[in-house]
Amino acid sequence: VRGRVDLRRLALGLAAPALALLVALLISAAALRANGNAPFGIFRKMLEDGTTGPALVSAVNKAVPYFLAGLAVAVAFRMALFNIGVEGQYRLAALVAAWAGGQVDLPRALHVAFICLVAVAVGSLWAGVAGVLRVTRGVSEVISTIMLNAIATALGAYLLAHVLLDRAGSSNNLSTADLPASGQLPSLAGPLKALGLGTRGDSVYGFAVVAALVGVAVSVLLGRTRFGFELRATGLNPFAAAAGGVAARSMVLRTMLLSGGLAGLVGMPVLLGDDHNFGLGFPTGAGFTGIAVALLGRNRPLGIAFGALLFGFLERSSQSLQSAGVPPEIYVIMQGSIVLAVVVAYEVVRRLREAQAERSVRMVGAPA
Amino acid sequence: VTTTIERPAGVSPGPARRAVRRPVVLLAAAGVLLLLLSATRAVTGIDDVTSSGTAGAALALAVPIGLAAVGGLYAERAGVVNIGLEGMMILGTWFGAWVGYQEGPWLGVLAGLLGGAVGGLVHAVATVTFGVDHIISGVAINIIAAGVVRYLSVIAYAGRSDAGPTQSPPVRPIGTVGLPVLSGQRLFGWQGPDLLGDLARRRWFLVSDAASILRGWTGDVSLFTLLAVLVLPASALLLWRTAFGLRLRAVGESPVAAESLGVGVYRLKYAGVVISGALAGLAGAFLVTVAANYYREGQTGGRGFIGLAAMIFGNWRPGGAAVGSLLFGYTDGLQLRQSSAVHALLLLVGLLLLLGAGLAARRRQPVRAVLSGVSGLALVALFAATDTIPQELVGATPYVTTLLVLSLASQRLRPPAADGVPYRRGQAR
Repeated sequence: VRGRVDLRRLALGLAAPALALLVALLISAAALRANGNAPFGIFRKMLEDGTTGPALVSAVNKAVPYFLAGLAVAVAFRMALFNIGVEGQYRLAALVAAWAGGQVDLPRALHVAFICLVAVAVGSLWAGVAGVLRVTRGVSEVISTIMLNAIATALGAYLLAHVLLDRAGSSNNLSTADLPASGQLPSLAGPLKALGLGTRGDSVYGFAVVAALVGVAVSVLLGRTRFGFELRATGLNPFAAAAGGVAARSMVLRTMLLSGGLAGLVGMPVLLGDDHNFGLGFPTGAGFTGIAVALLGRNRPLGIAFGALLFGFLERSSQSLQSAGVPPEIYVIMQGSIVLAVVVAYEVVRRLREAQAERSVRMVGAPA
Repeated sequence: VTTTIERPAGVSPGPARRAVRRPVVLLAAAGVLLLLLSATRAVTGIDDVTSSGTAGAALALAVPIGLAAVGGLYAERAGVVNIGLEGMMILGTWFGAWVGYQEGPWLGVLAGLLGGAVGGLVHAVATVTFGVDHIISGVAINIIAAGVVRYLSVIAYAGRSDAGPTQSPPVRPIGTVGLPVLSGQRLFGWQGPDLLGDLARRRWFLVSDAASILRGWTGDVSLFTLLAVLVLPASALLLWRTAFGLRLRAVGESPVAAESLGVGVYRLKYAGVVISGALAGLAGAFLVTVAANYYREGQTGGRGFIGLAAMIFGNWRPGGAAVGSLLFGYTDGLQLRQSSAVHALLLLVGLLLLLGAGLAARRRQPVRAVLSGVSGLALVALFAATDTIPQELVGATPYVTTLLVLSLASQRLRPPAADGVPYRRGQAR
């Protein structure tokens, strides 16, 4: 009996994301139909164009920041904290780190580590403001991180224009000085070619490896350490956790610092591997995409990796639709409807499981 | 064995403090604020601190925030946290402009309202029927709304020279009204006196300031603004003086108890969230028909979130939400009209903090008094030591104000008891 129930549980668990993807595809198809396109032809084109070598590389490179942002959001989520401020945290962190990296002269490994450390510290500090406000003044972190996002934008613009600007550089591009070569992280072109996976053009960011290691570290931290246990316990039931001796206030602060530190890394793949400076064109929006990716991945590092790759793929493959007369913005609708469909599907499955558990308890309790 | 606590004879229950009626408190607060504003104007010599232009701008900027805040009120009083207000407002701006440029502004307003209501409906389906976490659903709606309007713009405005993926064609503006005689508006072509304006020009301490603020609120005000201001008392009446309102609030406090009394919890939650979306959509329509005369991407600029903050600041009450919205509208209006005036704001906030410190000291709250006092002194010192605030930082004023106000006020706040808690029909507790 037991084996059968577990099989059904597993089927239910897999049904949720599959169903959600189907619903999201239907919504996107409706949006495409509204524009007078044949949806399935468009989907096939996305699949074909998105799976070429260079397109996949570009999708992975887009996915790396999303993965890190998703981790930052998820760590807070696991403790029932909502860090909407990843966006502001990573932008501010990348700006200060880009500037700091240009000020020092270190051997490569140290230099890169130094830049990352600065970014982590700045991200932590900015998220810490929300943590302190929550712990000492009872301000909801949802509101305070939204406000801190807007303040970070203003503060970043000020710092870039007046304090951290590269005055020696060309005057028409507002940016920090370029990182010296020792502060740049090479791509994975060499190792990938050795494995027979070389492609034309750009290759995967070297930071992808660091991101994967960070994902493993977060997984271990949450699942195998006392801190992770206390974090998850507080998220599941704060009162029970407090009764069990978890210091709730210090946990809130430490979790926000950790989440902000991870957020600080979000800008690193692009900074170290591509742009090498922070200018007006530095990518935005990864923080918000991170929220969606974390929801998609159910706050588990592996799931977040899948979610990030899916989002990177959708974003990249929709770029080729312009020639077919379809607005590439269709990918935002796809991403949004996937997220909404997924959270609804997870909730439906949770209820089905609950009902099933109730039934099986009743069957066990019934007289034979 | 039961023990009973006997009350000593002659002692009445309840707090011993003399009760002061709320309207009196509000009037006194408004008076103190006016006094501080006048003092700031007199000390700094920046007339825009109390000019009718700033007052008018503050009102116009407060309207979308206030509509969103009241919208948030309907949802949260029914127990559903609505962080999707921003997305619903985005839908309101897009549909308001799309219908508005074809059919005229008032039909645009209706379309904006409906667009927001559809966003609210999606939120209601996800949170009420499917029990999804309210904040997650709201964030998803914000993401979807931004994508949907971009996509729709590309389709709807393809091949037009006066519009594109990020902007709509121009929308005819909504008419304005004003008081004749008092504020210098024409009455059937007759140009009467401008009594408040004359008074304002005398620069008498307090009197001129009050006159100029009143003039800003009574001269040349959009009809939509009047309508929006009326939404506030209407909502207060609906939520606190009707059976519908009582039931809606009961659902937000204890859905189980409400259900047991025969109230349709799901139906009321749906009503609250859809009305919430409609008001957010109305706020969006205001942006495209009054604040600007077209739709532009990113036009909402986080006003949905600020509206939510204003509602929290207002302790989940219409009057408080209105005060919060005006506060944000004022700081925003001041920075837009004259960015150097934000420097004067340092003094004003510093004085307010010192006042708060005094109040806290009287109430024997030493930590609070010291904190407010030190930060107040710091702001006044900063005002004295600097001449201007960098242009880039001025734009952050409303957000810093929000954070500051929330960190000073949020411990006295009380949200509806079941706010944000998923409810399933028939659940036990």
